[in-house]
Amino acid sequence: MENKIIHWFKYGSPQTFYPLAGKMIPWFWALAAIFCIAGLWVGFFVAPTDATQGEAYRIIFIHVPASWMSMFLYIVMAFWAGIGLSLNTRLSSMMASSIAPTGALFAFLSLWTGSLWGKPMWGTWWVWDARLTSELILLFLYLGFMALQAAIDEPRRADKSGAILALVGVVNVPIIYFSVKWWNTLHQGASISMNKAPTMAVTMLWGMLLMALAFWMYSIAVALQRARAIMLEREMHTDWVKYAVE
Amino acid sequence: MQWNSVGEFFTMGGYGFYVWGSFGVTALALLIEPLLLRKRQNEVANILRRERRADESQKKTD
Repeated sequence: MENKIIHWFKYGSPQTFYPLAGKMIPWFWALAAIFCIAGLWVGFFVAPTDATQGEAYRIIFIHVPASWMSMFLYIVMAFWAGIGLSLNTRLSSMMASSIAPTGALFAFLSLWTGSLWGKPMWGTWWVWDARLTSELILLFLYLGFMALQAAIDEPRRADKSGAILALVGVVNVPIIYFSVKWWNTLHQGASISMNKAPTMAVTMLWGMLLMALAFWMYSIAVALQRARAIMLEREMHTDWVKYAVE
Repeated sequence: MQWNSVGEFFTMGGYGFYVWGSFGVTALALLIEPLLLRKRQNEVANILRRERRADESQKKTD
């Protein structure tokens, strides 16, 4: 037991994590490609036309997974930032920083695809309703986290300030998720709920889940890649970094 | 499958602009992000390689 704990903590240092991440990245890329091809195939060629929304509903296959990822990545980012803040582990803070831009990208894509879906269905690109506004705030939280970190020269201080912002912003995630229940909104209800039978065709659900898995694998691959770059940049003057690149 | 022709597929029942506008921008974003990251990685790796070479030649002259 004692041995196992030591073994796991070994990967908590950038020095050992760097080559490990390098080995993992190609696998996550391969999985992302497989899930993406399967998801697009189901989404465009297997799932039927929607009775009320016609073909426009197909935007769901990226809109919902992108929205899920934007919220989930925020929680993961805040988690690592919080660990970095409380345990003072530098790798955790690097993980938080490496997730932020990808999370921001998914928040943007959620708003972008939502807007392109809203126009033909609601007749407007944008409304200031609870769901849309809270998702926009999520995008600003990501951008704020990145801007704050970029504005502070000393990396460890940047980590700490960023972590506090990230942790405070976590309250926004349940607000986004439950906004369609709590307020009257133009946005339709949750696509999938835990306590109800799905209201959508099974093939539609599959298309959405496959795309969500593809985005998952993509996010892991990209976050690991960015984490590797951050490790080299931050630890540039240590010996291990000099011999980490061929 | 519900498409009778390639043209029908791209028209998306009249919603082509919205559907392809969503999928197109998403695809573009998810292609650009890894490319930018590769550039960032190469930049820092180049600096490190240069430093290492400088170190090694320093050692030789010492």
